[in-house]
Amino acid sequence: MAEVLRSEFCKFRSVRSTFWTLSTAVLFNVALAGLAAIFIPRNLSGHEQSTTDPIRLSLAGVHLSQIAFGVLGTLIVTSEYGTGMIRATFAAVPHRRLVLAGKAIVFATTALIVGIASCFAAYATFEAFLSGDRLRSSIGDPGVVRAITGGGLYLVVLGLLGLGLGTILRSSTGAIATLFALLFVPSILLTLMPQAWRTTIGPFVPMQAGSQIFVATHHEPDNLGAWTGLGVFSLYAAAALTLGFVLINHRDT
Amino acid sequence: MIEAVGLTKRYGRAAAVEDLSFVVPSGQVTGFLGPNGAGKSTTMRLILGLDAPTAGRVTVNGRPYAAYRRPLFEVGALLEAKAAHGGRSAFNHLLCLALSNGISRARVADVLELVGLDGVAGKRVGGFSLGMSQRLGIAAALLGDPQVLILDEPVNGLDPEGVLWIRTLVKSLAADGRTVLLSSHLMSEVAITADRLIIIGRGRLIADTSVAELLRTGSGNFVRVRSPQRDQLTERLRAMGASVTGQPDDSLHVSGASADVVGEIAREHGLILQELSEHHASLEQRYLELTGDAVDYHAPTHLVSSGNWT
Repeated sequence: MAEVLRSEFCKFRSVRSTFWTLSTAVLFNVALAGLAAIFIPRNLSGHEQSTTDPIRLSLAGVHLSQIAFGVLGTLIVTSEYGTGMIRATFAAVPHRRLVLAGKAIVFATTALIVGIASCFAAYATFEAFLSGDRLRSSIGDPGVVRAITGGGLYLVVLGLLGLGLGTILRSSTGAIATLFALLFVPSILLTLMPQAWRTTIGPFVPMQAGSQIFVATHHEPDNLGAWTGLGVFSLYAAAALTLGFVLINHRDT
Repeated sequence: MIEAVGLTKRYGRAAAVEDLSFVVPSGQVTGFLGPNGAGKSTTMRLILGLDAPTAGRVTVNGRPYAAYRRPLFEVGALLEAKAAHGGRSAFNHLLCLALSNGISRARVADVLELVGLDGVAGKRVGGFSLGMSQRLGIAAALLGDPQVLILDEPVNGLDPEGVLWIRTLVKSLAADGRTVLLSSHLMSEVAITADRLIIIGRGRLIADTSVAELLRTGSGNFVRVRSPQRDQLTERLRAMGASVTGQPDDSLHVSGASADVVGEIAREHGLILQELSEHHASLEQRYLELTGDAVDYHAPTHLVSSGNWT
């Protein structure tokens, strides 16, 4: 396993897309936090200010950086199928599940570090760019560290969902399209559905469930709790990965 | 040694490989021949465990390929040339493969030098020509210094210099006593280096033989003989079961009897021989003869050659 991990890390670090997607993600997280700190507070009414979760606002960049993490997680598998590299890989390591596990571990470890670090950087930037006391919070406030760390965890799980879908579908375009359809389409559809659906199914759709982890205050009662939500979100990723692990041994390359 | 037993691969109803059994003996170069679409690449993917057979099995040195934990030390394979991430440098591409089998960086540098790519080791693979990609593929196959090499159409699309390089390489690998399975759809490519030939067509085995044996058994083989007592000789030869056809230049073409036999008969009956020689069909002719029925797409030769259809 150590050899496979070394090999997978070598693949991960030796293509430019890794560097670019991760840099873009960090940039989104930090830049949007700064912009949010500068422009949002002055336009809020007193009521809005009291119902706004400043932590969630400081992590506004996650809405964009999740695209980068999702693409990166997917490409780790699909770029090998797209280029034919997968044959060389499986010829070198016939134990295919080991390869997939290696990819998942390498991605998850890197994404965890970059994701959490960039969310803390986003929060620090947000605080630094706030003028006055509006929406100010402290890292010591209840739920703040959990929410910021949670932003990183959310990005890791989302990338693993992409990695699972990539293994199932083996095509970059197909897997990325499916990933983002899974994330964005349910929320859009739900707005067209009766209210009852929104409160029963709504909390369980992937993005709705997963994003509860970075809500620090003003938790909406209809939604799942922070960890329950992340748990449900992880189940989607686990299901995709499990199917990937099953299929990878039974398919020709 | 590579051993296939009843190897079958079907895609839906179409069979790519059908009940194929053969042995690639150790320490020899075996040419793997067949027209395009005969199932050569499928067979090679089955050997490497990349595709799962519908029926039958194939082993490398007695074990299925997938049973090897570090297969690069056992078997090196060149499948299609463009099987690398275009964004990775040549060195990193090989290093990533090497690491998975615990092979050192030093060895990566060695194989790059061996295939003549050391000058472009840091260049991205995406910009490589077909010839360079083919060299990179061979470098990957040599990483673990394996005793068994599987090369699928290694000269396809190469310029003359590249073709010559591959030929020289295969010869030197063979001289080291390695087992090489070399596929091609051209007899001329394989005949130069191969000791044995496995010929397939439409996924089925047509011949598993040595080069010499293949030449000996061709229907295009004949003995050419000239004699002033032409008619007597013809009569005697026909009497012992040979078939004899007279040629416009007064010579005879005899099949069904070797030159030795023809000479014996002439001496026995006191006949004068002015010429006696054996003629073999070329390997190319034998190959076409064997695979003629197994070609999926071929031009209707009677139309092309008759010329009276205007």
